[in-house]
Amino acid sequence: MARNVTTKHKITATVAAWIVALIIFFPILYTIITSIKTEPEAIAGFSLWPSGTFENYITVQTQRDYLKPFMNSVILSVGSTILALIIAIPSAWAMAFSPTKRTKDILMWMLSTKMMPAVAVLVPIYLLFRDFGLLDSRIGLTVMLTLINLPIVVWMLYTYFREIPGEILEAARMDGAGLWQEIVYVLTPMAVPGIASTLLLNIILAWNESFWTIRLSTTNAAPLTAFIASFSSPQGLFWAKLSAASTMAIAPILILGWFSQKQLVRGLTFGAVK
Amino acid sequence: MATQNTKTLARLMMAPSVLLLLIWMIVPLAMTLWFSFQNYNLLDPSNVSFTGLFNYEFFYTDPAFFQSIWNTLVIVGGVLLITVIGGIAIALLLDQPIFGQGIVRILIISPFFVMPPVAALVWKNMIMNPSYGVFADISRFFGLRPVDWFAQYPLFSIVVIVAWQWLPFATLILLTALQSLDGEQKEAAEMDGANFLNRFVYLVLPHLARSITVVILIQTIFLLGVYAEILVTTNGGPGYASTNLAFLIYRTALLGYDVGGASAGGIIAVVLANIVAFFLMRAVGKNLDR
Repeated sequence: MARNVTTKHKITATVAAWIVALIIFFPILYTIITSIKTEPEAIAGFSLWPSGTFENYITVQTQRDYLKPFMNSVILSVGSTILALIIAIPSAWAMAFSPTKRTKDILMWMLSTKMMPAVAVLVPIYLLFRDFGLLDSRIGLTVMLTLINLPIVVWMLYTYFREIPGEILEAARMDGAGLWQEIVYVLTPMAVPGIASTLLLNIILAWNESFWTIRLSTTNAAPLTAFIASFSSPQGLFWAKLSAASTMAIAPILILGWFSQKQLVRGLTFGAVK
Repeated sequence: MATQNTKTLARLMMAPSVLLLLIWMIVPLAMTLWFSFQNYNLLDPSNVSFTGLFNYEFFYTDPAFFQSIWNTLVIVGGVLLITVIGGIAIALLLDQPIFGQGIVRILIISPFFVMPPVAALVWKNMIMNPSYGVFADISRFFGLRPVDWFAQYPLFSIVVIVAWQWLPFATLILLTALQSLDGEQKEAAEMDGANFLNRFVYLVLPHLARSITVVILIQTIFLLGVYAEILVTTNGGPGYASTNLAFLIYRTALLGYDVGGASAGGIIAVVLANIVAFFLMRAVGKNLDR
């Protein structure tokens, strides 16, 4: 009897959860479906059965040179994340392993730089970029994305490094390990998972950043965010193509995201929720 | 001796990130503050002069300013309301034993990874378009007249899109918190005859309080700066009906070429964000002590 009730409960919950999940996922699903429809089909009314053409994907590449913004997105997100890691690893390391009274204050201050609204510095940044010839350059945007994500990178690394037990270092030293051996054989293997999670989450954040990438680029350095935003003006027969471009723009990051659900919570709440 | 060395080394290791962030924080902000007291128009860059508080006065007396502040509050408040309540409900649902939990989680979390321009354009064209969108199809199916969402309810439409993007975030964080709730406590409450509502109000909600605070604060930081969603859907219109403070500053700066005015708006935005940040830092800081 009791078992019967739980099974019933489980089935009810399952049905409810799947309905909610499908409603939430629907816009993405419908975009993918529309991307393999023909243009007339795309505006012919609601239908979940596309004719299955890949024409749109080819058209987006041949007419709008899709590969260029895609490569820009890859270069900007990966480049800025690696740059941020290079700058952040030493400082997160120092804060985790030789903390002082001020470590907490420095961390909080770093976080506070993240609170500055982007628009507040739009004017000076725009003028500086213009004067230094950095507008629409990949270097300028990489630096920008590095700076805005640096606090999160330091924070995430710090919360991971802090979990590496200090005793293990002492044990290694007792066994006669030198500093170099300590770093290569003991610390690095323990730090790699944290660094990997940080890398993943920050590529996602940089890929989707849609204020600076749209405002500071026009054509040469424009990543997918700016490319897709440029679709906002034309009306009418372009939905299937827009869907194809959108599907390609979100697919890589969607898949990365699915793998980093856990780190996402930790990274975005600065360790406040685990 | 060794400690002195370690300390110096630690300082050196921290120097690059601290210096970079220091420059990043001080230089642009100081420039914004400086410009906010200047009469500086990009169309007439040779004619820059000190104007005192004129820019603030100008921004303050502009009817668009109050409208934009109001719109900012509506976007932040509306999205928070939908995502927190929806997030709690969905998290409670996902916390039950269900078939295919992994896939359901993946489907629900997905919108968070969709870049804002894609989310906005998909909703604008495929879902909310008055002639070809899915909502229009549904209206026609029930014999109703399709609604022109972005013309009639521009602000509401933007709230819906942004809420769709942030609902997964709230759900995921609240679910994580929910799963750390002690199962024995729940059982004990059940045994004592507490019904679902009682368990929710006296056990679950207090346990979630901290995470809800974190969700509200973090989302507020991002929601104050909603930009791309407005740019690709309504472009702030009709009139100023869907212009928030961020968008108004962008309009003033890059469409109106008014550096001084935009900077004054920027300083106002900083003040607003700081009020929120103050509370967030306290919530996060408390956790560091534990």
